[in-house]
Amino acid sequence: MDFRFTDEQVMIRDTARAFLADASDSAAVRAAMAGQGDAWARVTGEMGWQALTIPESCEGLGLGWVELAIVHEAAGETLLVSPLFATLGTGVSLLRACAGEQQQADWLPGIAAGEATLGVGMQGPGKDWGLRGCGVRYRPGDAGYELRGELASVVDGAIADTLLVVALDETESPESARVFRVAADAQGVTRRQTPGLDQTRDLAHLQLSEVQVAEDDLLDGSRAGWPAIQAGLDLGVIALAAELLGTAQRSLDLAVTYTLEREQFGRPVAGFQALKHKAADMMLRCECARSAVYYAACTADAFLEGQASAAQLAEAASIAKASAGDAAFENAGEALQMHGGVGFTWEYDIHLYFKRARAGRAQWGSSDWHRERIAEFILDGDEAMS
Amino acid sequence: MKLSFSPENEAFRAEIRQWLDENLCGEFEPLRYRGGPGDEHVFIDERKAWEQRMAAGGWVGIGWPSQHGGRACSIAEQVIFHEEYARAGGPGRMGHIGEGLAAPTLIAYGSAQQQQRYLPAILEGREFWCQGYSEPGAGSDLANVRSKAVCDNGVWKITGQKVWTSLAHEADWCFVIARTDPGSVGNKGLGFFLVAMDQPGVDVRPIVQITGTAEFNEVFFENAVAADIVGEPGEGWKIAMALLGFERGVSTLGQQMLFQNELDAIVTIARKNGAAKNPLLRQRLAQAHLGLRTMRYNAMRMLSGGEDGSLQREALVYKLHWATWHRDLGELAMDVLGPDAELLGENGDYDLSRLQSLFLFSRSDTIYGGTNQIQRNIIAERGLGMPRELRPR
Ligand SMILES: Cc1cc2nc3c(=O)[nH]c(=O)nc-3n(C[C@H](O)[C@H](O)[C@H](O)COP(=O)(O)OP(=O)(O)OC[C@H]3O[C@@H](n4cnc5c(N)ncnc54)[C@H](O)[C@@H]3O)c2cc1C
Repeated sequence: MDFRFTDEQVMIRDTARAFLADASDSAAVRAAMAGQGDAWARVTGEMGWQALTIPESCEGLGLGWVELAIVHEAAGETLLVSPLFATLGTGVSLLRACAGEQQQADWLPGIAAGEATLGVGMQGPGKDWGLRGCGVRYRPGDAGYELRGELASVVDGAIADTLLVVALDETESPESARVFRVAADAQGVTRRQTPGLDQTRDLAHLQLSEVQVAEDDLLDGSRAGWPAIQAGLDLGVIALAAELLGTAQRSLDLAVTYTLEREQFGRPVAGFQALKHKAADMMLRCECARSAVYYAACTADAFLEGQASAAQLAEAASIAKASAGDAAFENAGEALQMHGGVGFTWEYDIHLYFKRARAGRAQWGSSDWHRERIAEFILDGDEAMS
Repeated sequence: MKLSFSPENEAFRAEIRQWLDENLCGEFEPLRYRGGPGDEHVFIDERKAWEQRMAAGGWVGIGWPSQHGGRACSIAEQVIFHEEYARAGGPGRMGHIGEGLAAPTLIAYGSAQQQQRYLPAILEGREFWCQGYSEPGAGSDLANVRSKAVCDNGVWKITGQKVWTSLAHEADWCFVIARTDPGSVGNKGLGFFLVAMDQPGVDVRPIVQITGTAEFNEVFFENAVAADIVGEPGEGWKIAMALLGFERGVSTLGQQMLFQNELDAIVTIARKNGAAKNPLLRQRLAQAHLGLRTMRYNAMRMLSGGEDGSLQREALVYKLHWATWHRDLGELAMDVLGPDAELLGENGDYDLSRLQSLFLFSRSDTIYGGTNQIQRNIIAERGLGMPRELRPR
């Protein structure tokens, strides 16, 4: 047991931070909000992060979830606007967990090369996270399967080249759950970008009407139904939790920096105990979220090596997501308060953190949703989860 | 970064598990799950005997270096030890102040002679310790200590009053901070003394607590003889603070496992009495589970990285986290109990159930060892570089 970064991981973090300080500074984020971003081209061209967790046998970097979390944390610190989370965090994760060996060999090299972005869709409009909110149904079709339904809040769904769609058959049973790979320009797919409160992340509404999917595009590992799919989604939940950790930490850093500079009553406002104590609580939330995120990342690695169960992965992912989501939103809110009037302006970045945190906390299962999942484990099962 | 345990670690796990199976039974069976925080006044003699049984098995001081008679266990092994100890319902440790606080301090700052005098008795579970820091005028402002130490023909004698001294009535020894330089103020001019409790100059008076029991005491020193001074006169503050650092070390792992037992007890009740169906309580129970897991992860981080003794971020927030978590757990326990929460048992005075006792006793967690407010000051100042509090001296 050694719960700290290796030298190589420290280097990856420092490199990521240095890169993003330039590629995703405030001006870059605001340009991307206006649709003028070039971050993804730089991420794929200069850093190759899209290949991070793709195995070396599939022309990826063959790194694990700790490295994935490091990169997402750094992205969350600077509010990186790019399909990194959608493609690497959610898409590759689901493929790693559910695509068959041949499918991985066929599909992953193109992603590693930066040729295609991914989007994962499950929730229907107005629906909660989880299988109960699944918005798409499949049935046998001419080529293999036919999909129909609606998907809401698909992260970067309007720009993705390839969609991974979680669907149920008419029984709506967990065993019937499958994942299908659908080209974004397939016949019957209509996509629309939906404007959101958080302008640093694109969300899409997708309409699927009689979309034909070939047998080969059904992810092999998903044939057994929900448990494997859930594990694939949990791998993505951890990526989002890591982003939210970065957002929580940067919110604290911005608040401390600002209050040390801003003077009232003849001294920096950071000297007032009311603000010091807020900041201390923010740091507590950050450190707890940090431990939870990296524990989950280690659990993900163990899961992929067959050394942790899907239940352990689910527990760790839920703890990480609820901790980091709450830390991000509460810290961003407190940071806004600690900025006073300027915190309420469009000019200062703190509102961007506040909005990204609010959105992130709700996406891929709200904190309450994840706590309810933990409650099911500890309260409803025959055995408490351990 | 990796979490898995090696095969050697797992062998170690099997060893402690088997030892507990074979020893925590018979006369010691009633001690299972007893003697934790809020329950420290029960089975005193039996728990002292248990310390000796543990000592005979070589399970005291497992993290100490081997030249001091310890096992020099790795961090992973210590984690495993505490996990297994709690899983078996191992009783609250009578020896924790000696093993976890006095001993590491002596190992770091004591003379060879002092180490030989005190460490074996701690290792063997023969001598028990208490902590004489707080005074009526020196609480959060600990540096305001007034107790005096006077050197009389080479013998240090202590006069003054300590307060809130936990388990002083059961202790053989007290480590005391007292003023060696009569003209000094604040954290200068203090000394760190080792004082035998069984002598005419020491008077221990129990203080009845919120729970109706008396776990802490006032301790009056009147020319009490100090057997030793650790370090030099004037170094008392440095040593006293280093000791508080050990408080955040591995000893916290054992405490977490007691917390797990408490949470399990609450979950069991919730499943029985229907509280587990209440959506708000479900959220709170899940949050409690999450918080305790996070505490464990924080401790693992702290123990993986903190070997050089530097205070890392996770170490700075650790006390605030567990204290607040435990206080919340006490409130949650009461809410899960429902109407029964308010009803006392009928066997004697103020007969608290385990969870009622948890509810009341956990109010002290955010007070002792640095209140939550003091913790936040420290985090903001040392962790975040915000301006220090005004100090009028
Ligand atoms: C159960 C229990 C066991 C204990 N065991 C021991 C023991 O074995 N040995 C020992 O030496 N001591 C022990 N203590 C004492 C404990 O360490 C002190 O109670 C603690 O340090 C607080 O000091 P105080 O009680 O004087 O409170 P005060 O310092 O008077 O605090 C009163 C209030 O003021 C706040 N406050 C004080 N200073 C500041 C500040 N600068 N900024 C903001 N707020 C502030 C505090 O947070 C608190 O809310 C024990 C206490 C308890 C409750």
